[in-house]
Amino acid sequence: MNFELDDVQTLVRDTARRFAQEEVAPLAAEMDKTATFRMELVKQMGELGFMGVAIPEQYGGGGMDYRCYSIVVEELSAVCASTGVVVSAHSSLCCDPIYRFGTEEQKKKYLVPLASGRMLGCLGLTEPQAGTDAGAVRTTAVLDGNEWVLNGTKIFITNGGQAGVAVVIASTDRSAKHRGLSAFIVPADAPGYKVAKEEHKLGIRASSTAELVFEDCRIPKENLLGQPGEGFKIAMQTLDGGRIGIASQAVGIARGAMEQAIAYAKERQQFGQPIANFQAIQWKLADMATEIDAARLLTWRAAWMKDQGFKNYSREAAMAKLFASDVAMKATREAVQVFGGYGYIDEYPVERYYRDAKITEIYEGTSEVQRMVISRALLRD
Amino acid sequence: MKIMVPVRRVPNPDVKVRLKKDGTGIETEGVNFLVNPFDEYAIEEAVRITEKSGGEVFLVSIGGPENEETLRAGLALGAHRAYLVDLGGECYESSGIADILAAVFKQENPDLVIMGKQSVDTDNNQAAQMLAAKLGLAQACFAYKVELQDGKAVVQREIDGGLEVKEVELPAVITADLRLNQPRYASLPAIMKAKKKEVKKVTPADLGAEPKNRARVLGLSEPPPRKAGQKVASVDELVDKLVNEAKVL
Repeated sequence: MNFELDDVQTLVRDTARRFAQEEVAPLAAEMDKTATFRMELVKQMGELGFMGVAIPEQYGGGGMDYRCYSIVVEELSAVCASTGVVVSAHSSLCCDPIYRFGTEEQKKKYLVPLASGRMLGCLGLTEPQAGTDAGAVRTTAVLDGNEWVLNGTKIFITNGGQAGVAVVIASTDRSAKHRGLSAFIVPADAPGYKVAKEEHKLGIRASSTAELVFEDCRIPKENLLGQPGEGFKIAMQTLDGGRIGIASQAVGIARGAMEQAIAYAKERQQFGQPIANFQAIQWKLADMATEIDAARLLTWRAAWMKDQGFKNYSREAAMAKLFASDVAMKATREAVQVFGGYGYIDEYPVERYYRDAKITEIYEGTSEVQRMVISRALLRD
Repeated sequence: MKIMVPVRRVPNPDVKVRLKKDGTGIETEGVNFLVNPFDEYAIEEAVRITEKSGGEVFLVSIGGPENEETLRAGLALGAHRAYLVDLGGECYESSGIADILAAVFKQENPDLVIMGKQSVDTDNNQAAQMLAAKLGLAQACFAYKVELQDGKAVVQREIDGGLEVKEVELPAVITADLRLNQPRYASLPAIMKAKKKEVKKVTPADLGAEPKNRARVLGLSEPPPRKAGQKVASVDELVDKLVNEAKVL
């Protein structure tokens, strides 16, 4: 793995950074306040290839590698964590499984509009009784002639309210438990597909988190993704990639908060001098920078393994997400502290970063699950 | 239409520039370099013209091997190919740069040259005018709007208090001001395509150019740090200070 970015990666970073600062940053506070994502950003990002960074150009994507995907999510998240997760959940959890497990027809029909940003995607995995225990999914899918009929409820679905397509994990054989799960491509306009409610959240408020209800929801037989019974495998492999996205988001949140703290520390005068002159502040910044770099390197390693075609990088993706989400929490907490009272009010953006950071320890596998994944890998032999 | 767009590699203007200890130049270690922002307007304008009515845009960047990165960034914005003129560590002031650009012009015979009105590092604002002079071409600097019509370019320029409209015969040298257009972002597929576009590496000698320096940089130094301001209690005190301390009245 190369620590330095090559010419292409540098250009990707510069473009993403500029887009984030010029187009996303001015909207971030407003989108957070109104808890509404501006869908025109999806269109704009689609035109730039950001909605499918690691999907080949022939399927509407950017044709880059996962390292570039990580870079784009970090840059977006450094100004707006909601935008970061809209892209990450869409790319890792919806585009990626269709790209990896879909048929050519499925890719043409669903991946192309998704990766080119004409449509937003989501993954329907979590249920009221099946969160960390993903194998306990109760949504069912029954074949009826040429159609699958889905019944069940999915909750906490990122992008759920605005998605045009959902990859849904449902049971096709309850008795086989997690081996009886299968994956389906469910268009939002399928009969029986309903967005039941939108959650009100602490952070990443601009990103939609919705409950999806399937009531005799009918989809064509050919919308089965992969083989029957492959649903759990597809979900777990999808989450491995997703964790690289969330780790990148966490790195971005942490870096954005640190940059705000550095700028403020140089400006804010107390006792007749900038507070950046005080060791108490300097050490906070030093710790932030060190931890952010470490988190990014873990994230890039996992991305590199995925790019190299490693079959199993679950442990490394879990490490990246576990560590980066922890760093995001610490860095944003300390950034608020550097701002003092001003950090606690919404005149400055650091309070938003602080609220946004928490979810990175929870979604796409809690920190406890990441530790489970890592320790299982350690104790397997 | 064939359009030549010279592009310059500049340190990221948002980053504070630091001088080398010996004052011979700026510290480049760890500095992020970008395409000169005014040149991006030039590239955008040229690319739009060729998108509308065909032709090609070629870029020219003068410097060292590292300028390839700058050229790839420009190619990702839609230019078709590029020249990298390697100075082999030499450095030229505007007139020498214009000599090299003129040599490229003579090889390629483009219909138009569009370039940034100045680079944001040295802010000389000279190369374009000198290039036009050396080639005996018409020039229209600080373009706000460019319209092409049979062998001519009608260029609106922003001047103090209004707009000036200038008609120049082609080929001509036009420089871009910041309100000329809104440059696009490089899309990821465009970045990938840029990787495969031709960057022809040449030296001034290859081009038959003999650039000469008529000025030499002897040294660079930082401006003295600004002194803290003062607060005055009354207009009288202000006037007194302006007269007696600042001695400006």
